[in-house]
Amino acid sequence: MESLYAITTGMLTACGLYLTLRGRTFPVVVGLTLLSYAVNLFLFSMGGLTTDGAAIVNGGGSYADPLPQALVLTAIVIGFAMTAFVVILAMRARSEVGNDHVDGRTHEDEERS
Amino acid sequence: MAHLIVLPVVLPLVAGILLLYRRQGGTYLKRMIGVGSTALLVLVGIALVARAGSGDVTYYALGDWQPPFGIVLVLDRLSALMVLLTAVLALGAVVFACDGDDERGSNFHGLFQWQLMGINGAFLTGDLFNLFVFFEVLLLASYALLLHGGGKARIQAGVHYVVLNLAGSALFLIAVGVLYGATGTLNMADMAARLAELPAERAGLVTAGGLMLLVVFGLKAAMLPLYFWLPRTYAAAPAPVAALFAIMTKVGVYAILRVYSLIFGEAAGPLANLEQAWVWWLSLATLVAAGIGVLAARDLRLLVAYLVLVSVGTLLAGIGMGSPRAVSALLYYLIHTTLITGGLFLLAELIGQQRGKAGTRLVRGRPLQQGGWLAVLFFLGAVSVAGLPPLSGAIGKALLLAAAEGEQRPWLWPTLLLTGLCSLIALSRAGSTLFWRSQGEPSGDPLTWRKWFGVTWLLAASPLLVILAGPISHYTNATADQLAAPQLMIDALLPSAGDAQ
Repeated sequence: MESLYAITTGMLTACGLYLTLRGRTFPVVVGLTLLSYAVNLFLFSMGGLTTDGAAIVNGGGSYADPLPQALVLTAIVIGFAMTAFVVILAMRARSEVGNDHVDGRTHEDEERS
Repeated sequence: MAHLIVLPVVLPLVAGILLLYRRQGGTYLKRMIGVGSTALLVLVGIALVARAGSGDVTYYALGDWQPPFGIVLVLDRLSALMVLLTAVLALGAVVFACDGDDERGSNFHGLFQWQLMGINGAFLTGDLFNLFVFFEVLLLASYALLLHGGGKARIQAGVHYVVLNLAGSALFLIAVGVLYGATGTLNMADMAARLAELPAERAGLVTAGGLMLLVVFGLKAAMLPLYFWLPRTYAAAPAPVAALFAIMTKVGVYAILRVYSLIFGEAAGPLANLEQAWVWWLSLATLVAAGIGVLAARDLRLLVAYLVLVSVGTLLAGIGMGSPRAVSALLYYLIHTTLITGGLFLLAELIGQQRGKAGTRLVRGRPLQQGGWLAVLFFLGAVSVAGLPPLSGAIGKALLLAAAEGEQRPWLWPTLLLTGLCSLIALSRAGSTLFWRSQGEPSGDPLTWRKWFGVTWLLAASPLLVILAGPISHYTNATADQLAAPQLMIDALLPSAGDAQ
């Protein structure tokens, strides 16, 4: 299970990073979203992966580490708000600047200058 | 007064919620709430400094959950000083904004208060994950404040700023996750205690986590390879926001200082001072890059933004030196540079308003309506920020130069002094263009008292820092000693740390 989990997180991070480095705002936003998914998965695993643990402390038996769950919840909420904000920002940049490049300049602009 | 420690977080939060009540209209009331809350924060900051001045580390356990299990806010000399500094800077900026800047978009004062809440929380928290949360609070408010008033330049700078900081936040979470996985705690004092008895096979993980944190804090503080967002963002931001942003890079500097002095202090064995070599060399490189940037800037706002970068390089060099003496010097310089660069951002706005179309660009423009007084203030700010005697910049730099030991001297002295020279050349060139190379009739309206107050309040810090240099350096010396002894904080938070393990 560990290796599958690690490969999934790694793949998500790699795809997220690749997309974040693209030149247009839409792939960048998608990349940031993927990156935050990967981070959430990673956070979830940071207390160590256990199976069949109780979600809350129940007598003496094994239980899942509650802290990563709380942290992931916080991270998801913050990530959601940030994604919403960055989507709006990208749309506003598209309407104000006139194109969807992250630095507001198209290739034609650069060739002209 | 047990709840005094939580006030710097709760007060702006409540004020911000009150300000949400009406989005449009009610300008006078909003300004009263905004300025009132900020002024109260100054008083709270003074009370906190007085309380921390005794040397005790006190903490506030939210919901009375005892550390290391619950969330704590920790007050020591450093956090008290930073809270007071934030409040003083914010008061100047908010009064300045009340002159009409706050009405160019919606809910300026609410966002401003939340930004203060995030900054104060980041200074006070004793928990690594809450540091992340408060970073997000202050960043989210800063994204919106940066875009306040709209415009093409702000949106473009905003996209870069937001995307970079989101990537930084992802890295922050990964680093926190790694450190939690390796040590099993998020409380910084507890983490420091556990690092002392860390199993050897986990040292690699902790090193990775610790250095990833350095990247995150370096991005916030604008350390060399991570500073490219700063000049454009700061130059594009509305003046009062840019002034408040002067403290934002210092949040990064503070975080580096706090995390690496407490968690990776002397007690951490082989992991002790793991950041020091990186910070030292990168700070020098930041200084060089900033010096070139200062010379190349063709706009007064951009020039001040690069001066912020100079100050970041100087501060980080103090951290890189590592001795308590250097830390004390950097804290004195930090007070000076935050207030003065904040004041210069406000002053740049005033100058730009009176020069018609030329704005803050360093080209021939109309003469200023109130050129005399503005020139006096500019001269004061320039002398101070370039580090010339008799003002506070000179004292700060002299303290830092004196703190350099042995092999550090041949690196620090020329870099710092030459960067100072670059600032001096650029500022004198800017000043002579702005005030002397002019043609045509003066235009623009005379400035109102609020704007004068904002600028003078911040720039007056420089002579005050000289007059009060004795008591202030006493305080910063004590702060540096407190930081050099992380065991004090561990004992205060975890009285039973020794036998609980």
